[in-house]
Amino acid sequence: METSNSSSGTTPCWIRTTPVTILLAFSRGVRNMRAKWYHSRVSDSACVPGAATAVPTAAVPTTTVPSRHSVLVRVTHWITTLCFLALLVSGAEIVISHPRFYWGETGNDLTPTLFKLPIPASRNFVPSGYGYVLPDQNGWSRYLHFQSAWVVVFTGLLYVVVGLMNGHLRKNLFPGGPDLSWRALSTSIASHLRFERPSEAEAWSYNVLQRLSYLFVIFVLFPFVIWTGLAMSPAFVSAFPATVNVLGGQQSARTLHFFVSLSLVLFLLVHVAMVWLAGFWNRMRAMITGRVAKPVERI
Amino acid sequence: MSELSPRKFSRRKLITTGIAAAAGVGSLGVAARLAQEYGLVPPDHGGIYGLGETLTYASQRLLTRHSLAREFSRSQISKPPFPNEIPRLNDAFKNLQAGGFADWRLSVNGLVAKPASFSLAQLKSYPSHSQITMVQCEEGWSYIAEWIGVPLSQILQAVEVHPQARYVVYFSIDPDWWESIDMPDALHPQTFLTYGMNGDELPVGNGGPLRLRVSRQLGYKSVKYITHMMVTDDLKGFGKGLGSAAPEGGYAWYAGI
Repeated sequence: METSNSSSGTTPCWIRTTPVTILLAFSRGVRNMRAKWYHSRVSDSACVPGAATAVPTAAVPTTTVPSRHSVLVRVTHWITTLCFLALLVSGAEIVISHPRFYWGETGNDLTPTLFKLPIPASRNFVPSGYGYVLPDQNGWSRYLHFQSAWVVVFTGLLYVVVGLMNGHLRKNLFPGGPDLSWRALSTSIASHLRFERPSEAEAWSYNVLQRLSYLFVIFVLFPFVIWTGLAMSPAFVSAFPATVNVLGGQQSARTLHFFVSLSLVLFLLVHVAMVWLAGFWNRMRAMITGRVAKPVERI
Repeated sequence: MSELSPRKFSRRKLITTGIAAAAGVGSLGVAARLAQEYGLVPPDHGGIYGLGETLTYASQRLLTRHSLAREFSRSQISKPPFPNEIPRLNDAFKNLQAGGFADWRLSVNGLVAKPASFSLAQLKSYPSHSQITMVQCEEGWSYIAEWIGVPLSQILQAVEVHPQARYVVYFSIDPDWWESIDMPDALHPQTFLTYGMNGDELPVGNGGPLRLRVSRQLGYKSVKYITHMMVTDDLKGFGKGLGSAAPEGGYAWYAGI
């Protein structure tokens, strides 16, 4: 059993995805980081001559590979993933109870719709056009929706605040000046349209389109989905009426909330497709343990 | 390999971490005590969703204690008014309806100096107020109507609520439907005992003859066909102790979202 763990090359893919192996991989990543930290301390301290020779780098090659993603990025990434999936499932359940959308302040079964989803509803009062009613899941869905929203808001704040302080956003997300030239952008767009596999060097940094889309998700879509969500809260808008008034009304806020959520789902699909294209297991390992398969020199 | 593993903790680090952890746990305990003291913990705070519920309720109590629900112009009133599906009305209701609701009573007791029972005529003898506000359902639909009635605060003043009161529990003639609100909402100027709508009597479909309008919360807190109210300092004795029928059916007690 123990030997099969250490030689992950022979382990089938599906075994590697079990929670236990993910945890094992995570702890291995943490262990490697600690060793790396220790190694950097020892090699820095020239006053301990024996120490440098006691750590032969070649003997433990994997420990010298720098971490692709910091612990902060990895932990907040997966908490956000969990919360987003919870928000998506519970949000879909809530929509099913009234799959009609409106514009303006009010809307109900007696008023014309902006559009309606061609699905049955979970409440029998809704004229869905179907002869049956889906099971009603609104209670736990609403509890789960707001709980996940709180967790993802705190996670996002932690990510942004720490990311600003330690330079993660500046170094890894804000595109450099030359990257924003039309030539660089069109080159990147063209290589994406050709579905080119990214080079190995790209495993160490985000390309310009990636940076821009992550920034758009973090600083536009997430804030807007929170805003449109709060604009539906009768108590919140009693204190801050402008949050709903500038959106055109409570039903407009609901409709916008739906479309921003769809945009986030679109991002998720493209994101996973890109990870797949770039090498799914290697990128997953990088986001879980921080390591990439082959050590590559940083440029 | 063992000589390579770093010393994870120095003594200083251990002590500072310990002090920080103790301070963290301690301040969490103090925060919980304070939250309880200042009425920031909802009755359905137990269970896996307790964290989210408590954060929502506490933050909104801090932000929205006195804020007024948005009011609309008369031209924004939804036409026709939307009557949601109502529960099958029981015989007790039908008998009162046959008599034109002349014998409808609202009894108010609990932590009050002067328990009382009001007829609709007595409620209407108080100066009537109106508000044009939105009803929002947890399902997603909404409508705007003019609500006419007497602010609950006036009735609570008339029965002389004890200072230790923390919640008002209210019951529909439909025995499955009862709710409760905290004192900030009970004394809120837009919380009405409503008997009229859009310049007319309150239709049965919208909760007539008597509905409690809680304008800053979702529709299910605005219970229809109110017959009984009880002022209390503790919700444990009501039903399963979760505050109202909503959490017993899987819905949040606080619906200001």
